[in-house]
Amino acid sequence: MQLDVSTSASAAGKPFRKERSLFTARMLVPAMGQAVRMFDPWSMARNPVMFIAELGAALTTLVTVSAIATGSDGSGYFLAISVWLWLTVWFANFAEAVAEARGRAQAASLRKARQDVTAHRVVDQATLQVEDVPASQLTNGNLVRVSAGETIPADGEVIEGVASVDESAITGESAPVIRESGGDRSAVTGGTRVLSDHLVIRVTAKPGESFLDRMIAMIEGAERQKTPNEVALTIVLAGFTLIFLMVCTTLYPIARYFDVTIDVPTLVALLVCLIPTTIGALLAAIGIAGMARLSQANVMAMSGRAVEAAGDVDVLLLDKTGTITLGNRQATEFRPAPGVEERQLADAAQLASLADETPEGRSIVVLAKEQFNIRGRKLEEQQAEFVNFTARTRMSGVNLGEQQIRKGAADVVRRFVEEQRGEFPNQVVHDVDTIARAGGTPLVVAENARVLGTIYLKDIVKGGIKERFIELRRMGIKTVMITGDNPKTAAAIAAEAGVDDFLAEATPEAKLELIRQYQREGHLVAMTGDGTNDAPALAQADVAVAMNTGTQAAKEAGNMVDLDSNPTKLIDVVSVGKQMLMTRGALTTFSVANDVAKYFAIIPAIFMVALPQLEVLNIMHLATPHSAILSAVIFNAVVIPCLIPVAIRGVRYRAVGADALLRRNLLIYGLGGLIIPFVGIKLIDLVLVGVGLA
Amino acid sequence: MRDVITSMRLFVLTILVCSVAYPVAILGFAELMAPQSRQGSLLRDSAGTVVGSRLLAQSFTQPRYFWPRPSAVDYNASATGGSNLSPTNPVLAERARQSIERLSPGAGELVPADLVSASGSGMDPHITLAAAILQLPRVAAARNLSQQQVESVVRGHTDAPTIVSLGGEPLVNVLELNLALDQLTQQSADNNP
Amino acid sequence: MLEVIIPALIIATSIALAWPLGRYMRWAMDPAGPGTGRLSFERVAVGVLGPKAEHTQHWKRYCLSMLSFNLLMFVFVYLVLTTQQWLPLNPENKGPLEPSLAFNTAASFTSNTNLQHYSGEVSLSYFSQLFALMWLQFVSAATGIAAVTALSRGLAGHAQLGNFYQDLTRATTLVLLPLATIWAVLMVLLGMPMTLEGAAVATTLEGATQTIARGPVAAFVAIKQLGTNGGGFFGPNSTHPFENPTFWTNVLSNVAILLIPMATVWMFGRITHRLRHAGVLFGVMLTLYLCFVACASLLESQPTAAFDGLPVASAMNLEGKELRFGPTAGATWAVSTTATSNGSVNAMHDSLNPLTGLLPMAGMWLNVVFGGVGVGLINLLIFVITAVFLAGMMVGRTPEYLTRKVETKEMKLALIALLAHPLFILGGTAVFAATPWGTETLNNPGSHGLSEIIYEFSSAAANNGSGFEGLGDNTVPWNVSTGLIMLLGRFIPIIAPLAIVGSLAAKRATPETAGTFRTDTLLFGVVLMGAVLIVGALLFLPLAMLGPIAEQLSIR
Repeated sequence: MQLDVSTSASAAGKPFRKERSLFTARMLVPAMGQAVRMFDPWSMARNPVMFIAELGAALTTLVTVSAIATGSDGSGYFLAISVWLWLTVWFANFAEAVAEARGRAQAASLRKARQDVTAHRVVDQATLQVEDVPASQLTNGNLVRVSAGETIPADGEVIEGVASVDESAITGESAPVIRESGGDRSAVTGGTRVLSDHLVIRVTAKPGESFLDRMIAMIEGAERQKTPNEVALTIVLAGFTLIFLMVCTTLYPIARYFDVTIDVPTLVALLVCLIPTTIGALLAAIGIAGMARLSQANVMAMSGRAVEAAGDVDVLLLDKTGTITLGNRQATEFRPAPGVEERQLADAAQLASLADETPEGRSIVVLAKEQFNIRGRKLEEQQAEFVNFTARTRMSGVNLGEQQIRKGAADVVRRFVEEQRGEFPNQVVHDVDTIARAGGTPLVVAENARVLGTIYLKDIVKGGIKERFIELRRMGIKTVMITGDNPKTAAAIAAEAGVDDFLAEATPEAKLELIRQYQREGHLVAMTGDGTNDAPALAQADVAVAMNTGTQAAKEAGNMVDLDSNPTKLIDVVSVGKQMLMTRGALTTFSVANDVAKYFAIIPAIFMVALPQLEVLNIMHLATPHSAILSAVIFNAVVIPCLIPVAIRGVRYRAVGADALLRRNLLIYGLGGLIIPFVGIKLIDLVLVGVGLA
Repeated sequence: MRDVITSMRLFVLTILVCSVAYPVAILGFAELMAPQSRQGSLLRDSAGTVVGSRLLAQSFTQPRYFWPRPSAVDYNASATGGSNLSPTNPVLAERARQSIERLSPGAGELVPADLVSASGSGMDPHITLAAAILQLPRVAAARNLSQQQVESVVRGHTDAPTIVSLGGEPLVNVLELNLALDQLTQQSADNNP
Repeated sequence: MLEVIIPALIIATSIALAWPLGRYMRWAMDPAGPGTGRLSFERVAVGVLGPKAEHTQHWKRYCLSMLSFNLLMFVFVYLVLTTQQWLPLNPENKGPLEPSLAFNTAASFTSNTNLQHYSGEVSLSYFSQLFALMWLQFVSAATGIAAVTALSRGLAGHAQLGNFYQDLTRATTLVLLPLATIWAVLMVLLGMPMTLEGAAVATTLEGATQTIARGPVAAFVAIKQLGTNGGGFFGPNSTHPFENPTFWTNVLSNVAILLIPMATVWMFGRITHRLRHAGVLFGVMLTLYLCFVACASLLESQPTAAFDGLPVASAMNLEGKELRFGPTAGATWAVSTTATSNGSVNAMHDSLNPLTGLLPMAGMWLNVVFGGVGVGLINLLIFVITAVFLAGMMVGRTPEYLTRKVETKEMKLALIALLAHPLFILGGTAVFAATPWGTETLNNPGSHGLSEIIYEFSSAAANNGSGFEGLGDNTVPWNVSTGLIMLLGRFIPIIAPLAIVGSLAAKRATPETAGTFRTDTLLFGVVLMGAVLIVGALLFLPLAMLGPIAEQLSIR
């Protein structure tokens, strides 16, 4: 799990990865047609605001037709109102269609990977005898054999073999990855290509339900279900619509009091201007675009609900290794025991590590060379016998005849020494303790019964990670480091990295319990994981991002999959979740604030004849009653396409406190929403006058 | 069902407390501490007959009396109320015009607003000092008194001490003022038969 | 100078008294726990009221008990009003009320509205005044206090909201009764009548006969003001010299109007342990209130347009006002009484300058500037939920209020409450403005006539009770429509918020973090005020434009 902190850090503020241009002609043209097809009232009914707008447009059209038929005055005005009302609805459909089209472009490249391939189904596991079937006939539990150059036909788990696999079709990453049976790298995805060797895979997904299929469906928004907050907002918008329906229908009889008869197109125009069409039109697009932003970040969310929940996350569980620290610890110091030369210790340590291929082992060799110029030796000549690290002995080293050199954790080395009636010096105990306290890992080196000293292995905290945690704290998110280290070491690293809390000596059970405990306190917990033993915790967490390199079990348990397998991506996921809610909130506020100006345009216009004194309220000095009403309608329609970019890009999220965010959004979308329509309506009125329509 | 029974019990409890104990206690206290005003601050003449309430205006139309503010209910103390005319209602302007005509101010003299505005209750017992001054010549003439004499009575009967002490305009209680004038006239009639 | 002193005196006194009263109400309504000195009170209450008064109730049970008792209130008072000719304490031998008027009056006083389509001294016996109306003035106000107490408990996180019967008993005997006694005593000392004798007959100086209606006014007026009831003993309410004899009774009455609604906010803060949040709510209310008072005082100090061109000394608009209260007393009261849904008047609102008349209407449209006893704060909660919903989204989190998430169910309920109020006002106005039901009962022409209709429905829907009293509203259509609206306008805005609170209390609390949108900051105050004003403006701007604003603009 290597990662590059610097690129990931920059991803938080700026849009992820490569920013595609928002629209291309190839997307826009089909979207226009799609927008027309979406006039179907059955599909419109899902969106109460636009449904009412469409009904209004239809009603106005009827009135217009009859006005033209009877040749009555003002049919030109009626016609203009009708056209703009239909345009309003069309713009709304267009916004949704564009958002979907952007997803579809992404999905198209994925679909290429899903060409129907022929699978070699294993008939007899013992002989690996295969039969060729279309991939679509594979079912859960089938075994298939995939050789170099072939495409993996379905999602599954490697049960035999090791191979390099090209997963660029789904991750966009050209470097091949290793897939092997057992362990945490056993999952393969249908549509990826085996480059070398061969694999036997147990199919784990039915056709049509594979990872790729789900991914395409999510991106295209085909299976989009409204998220809880979206449902609540839809209710609120429906409520506002009802309120304005009430205001407008009662205005008709109230106008009768002044002997004014309001014509239907004007009343509908007022209604459509007042109901929150702006947010109503863009609501679906915001949701779709949010998912698309996630997939641009190379994170596949399995549901919109999970993305929304990400915005609410306030506890983040992060694995220490690979996320907070560089994956490997490095030797930085030799601390000899009393009466031992430092060089002697370095020499023994180097000997014990020559065959140790772990990064830690290599770093010891490097340190010995740097400090004492001890070079590698041909150990075969010395009849060396290597002792490998095992989970049972928890030591490694080398036997050179009688000479037994060992390195390992203090407690095992102590046992090793004491078994040979040696003594474990107090000075070493002290060294071990100080190193652990400082967040390092002490390795004790012994030669037979004699303790030579301690190697200081240091955990290197990634550059820039501290700043990210500060940022998270400002967002109101608590970070918890998960590590297998002992509490002392964990505490030191936690302090150095700046996390809020840590869980040391973590077991899968302890992780699960920690998540439950936070949830009991009302927190929403996010975590990343890759191993099979992470699966229970992933299933329990509210937002669980599984690494694409991880096991199938982990991917099933999580509700998002990070294709880049970058654990700090959680932070970006949280940002996208917040952005989605913010964009909805901001555009709702904008939409509602707009109404004040529209009242000032339309009400005086309607009553100008009966109550001429209301001319004073025509504060925008709109030319005529008809131009005033028409300007308001046009503004209301045009603002929708103007805001499509905001809906699709999302309102910018910055990791500042809630109050600062709110102040900013209120200023832009609240106050702006109050003022902009006054300017906009006036300008449109001027244009109408200029072209002689008013 | 149990809700109904409990509601009934609560009903009995609250009505005993709120509608029996409470008003009886206040009645007792009022009898003890304010036996006069609790009956409506009634004013009596020397013969003991009730002539009105200190707190309520009554109709005065004769020139010898100071007139109170207009009343939309003609000073009916058993069916009180205001005019409820809006400032834009022409009826209000017309009524004001009639009031002014009746008061017949001298040329260039402005009528104080309270004398052309009906009060909310129709029973406002006060007029402003300015409104009394405006009526001085008429009253004095009708009573054959000098304006100074009448004015000293008026100034002796200003009311609303709090408002005055806070810098407001002095008010005059019309009924008390007229009673005092009657007494004064009575005395002078007694002294000069 | 006096213009400023009067509102300053009233407002400062109210604020100063509201703080300790809030503390006291917390003690009276929601004892901190068992073992306090209040335990014996509970035992007595349970003994008198029976076992049903013992256990705490879930929001549904609480509402059912409330409705059951309120139904009893309504039925009893309807019966008294229609049979008062046979009942005692009727020295003037008043006859029964006509059924639709009795319905309207019973609904009006049950709902704490006190809209009066009758005139007290003309139509009612002392028995009706004391046993029907004054009783309701206590218990309907107590219902409001009980409701806000239950609401506060829910927002403090308890799914059990308390016991309605106990709460009502506490509100009546521990809160309203002591305060009413204090006020009544002060009123008696300041010269207000308090007698059971019939009308006095006077022979005026000019020899005419004047029949002087009187009665147990002081006791009635005290609870009328304190309980945001507002129903006057006499027709013209607190303009009547018997109901408001001096400058000081006016100040005290105005303080009484504001006192409990203000104190309720602090009680809420103490029960929920969120005094800072309560402080923000109080600040929002106070800011709106002060703006309204300032505007009204300024607008009303202008002379009435009716005297244009007449030889009248330039002065404030005195039509419908009494002199003894001082110049700004009418404007201050007009705002206070409509902001708090009290509805008593010390000046005739129908005769206010047109734009001044807009302010009482706006107070009733918003209905949250302190609001009625208990229910004002409950109404504000609806706006708080709406503001929290929008603002919460804008900070990128699922909106939450006092640590509980605001989701679909809460928003549905909030919208029902939010919708009901304008529906009654707009719907009622629409029907009556277009039909003879309304147009034939008007006292003034043009826009002001429309304002009279708007005002009447606003007053009914907001449970206010004041009126543009020129309206001839004692007709069957007015009695029935406003009667129904008062009842619906009373109980929907109580039940829906209690349901919201019940739903919130059932959720798990989310801990507050730096990402949480805080509701105890100035910023939230601004957002809340914005929500109140924008929603108010969007709903009622057309009415305001066509009524008072058009009328003002017609003056040239």
